Amino acid sequence: MKRMLAAALALVAGAALAEPLAPDALVRDVMLDIQRFIVTDKDLQEGDRAKTIRLIEDKALPHFNHVGMTALAVGVHWRKATPEQKKRLADAFRTLLVRTYASSLSAFGNQKFEFRPLRMKPGDTDVTVEVRVLQSGAQPVPVEYDMEKTARGWQVYDVRVGGISLVVNYRTEFATIVRDKGVDGLIAALEEKNRSMDAPRADAGK
Amino acid sequence: MSARSLLIALALLAAGCATNGDPRDPLESLNRGVQAFNDVVDENALQPAARLYRNVTPSGFRDGVRNFFNNLDDLYIGANNLLQGKVEQAMGDLMRVAVNTTLGFFGVIDWASDMGLEKHNEDFGQTLARWGVGDGVYLVLPLLGPSTLRDAAALPVDWEGDPVLVHTPVDERNALTVTRVVARRADLLGASRTLEEAALDRYVFLRESWLQRRRSQVYDGRPPRERPPAD
Repeated sequence: MKRMLAAALALVAGAALAEPLAPDALVRDVMLDIQRFIVTDKDLQEGDRAKTIRLIEDKALPHFNHVGMTALAVGVHWRKATPEQKKRLADAFRTLLVRTYASSLSAFGNQKFEFRPLRMKPGDTDVTVEVRVLQSGAQPVPVEYDMEKTARGWQVYDVRVGGISLVVNYRTEFATIVRDKGVDGLIAALEEKNRSMDAPRADAGK
Repeated sequence: MSARSLLIALALLAAGCATNGDPRDPLESLNRGVQAFNDVVDENALQPAARLYRNVTPSGFRDGVRNFFNNLDDLYIGANNLLQGKVEQAMGDLMRVAVNTTLGFFGVIDWASDMGLEKHNEDFGQTLARWGVGDGVYLVLPLLGPSTLRDAAALPVDWEGDPVLVHTPVDERNALTVTRVVARRADLLGASRTLEEAALDRYVFLRESWLQRRRSQVYDGRPPRERPPAD
């Protein structure tokens, strides 16, 4: 028993000491894992919202630096925000991203991915992982994950789909709202948006 | 008024505009009006037609229609690749047309993609951009949607190069045009719902997405990194 415990401890220690999973391997594992869940689960294919949100929270979110993303999207006004404002901003932005992602996830099931080779030098702490979504009859859609190395492993801080950066998109929108209504106005707008998405919609299920 | 004071006045005016909104979009209030008009048309005519099309046709049929129209574009896409000096891509486009038009029954089946001949996206606006013409101001065109001054100026050339729009007789051309518009709108039903859900201000969100997407297209998916905005 003692020997087993020691072996188990050694394993845990070894895992902690090992290099974190390489960013491209991490992206591939997470994407294929999520796809596997959708392919094998009828509720997810039919767009079961609560279940989809749970899947995203469990599988994808741990690898997103959502506070960093919020800081980038809020831009220059982030530094002027109080810790309380920062927390509410990051929470509301996180909720918005999860909801938006959830509504397009069912299409994920029957897509083919081409994982592009990663260009990374030893010691790099900031890389872009590129995946292309292949579809017959149409141009492949590039999806790029900007990732940085952190104490919790590699984390995503921006996503570009077809060249459209999530962070840049929201930065313009946020800047307009902060200019007109201040940081509290932005928090209110985000929280209001999230509430309206929870409300039952007339075309729900379409 | 001397030329110099005119210049100063213009510079002040431009600076004044820039502080009021996005410097790329000095015509924002006009554009918002046009977009509101486009939205009304979209909600009341285009979207219902696209939903009907999606609901009454099997997805295999829609794939065929999509491929058919995409195949018609490939020759003109190749011509633009050639004008941009991208000979290899142009050859690929030519091969796509050859394969899909023959083996693929007039383009209905996209064998070329399965063979590894990738589809490209080019138009004359992108060609002008590669030749060094800047974007110009952001424009929302009636019925056609987001554009820029450069891309709007390039549109007549695209129309001349479009096999559907130059097709005769006219009644066939009209039928083809309507089918294509409805089929393409049907493909975007999911995307437009995502837009509704993601955006706090639809106009700003669409403008930003479109300008970024356009930049990516001009550079074939590899735009140079933009400098982070100075703070």
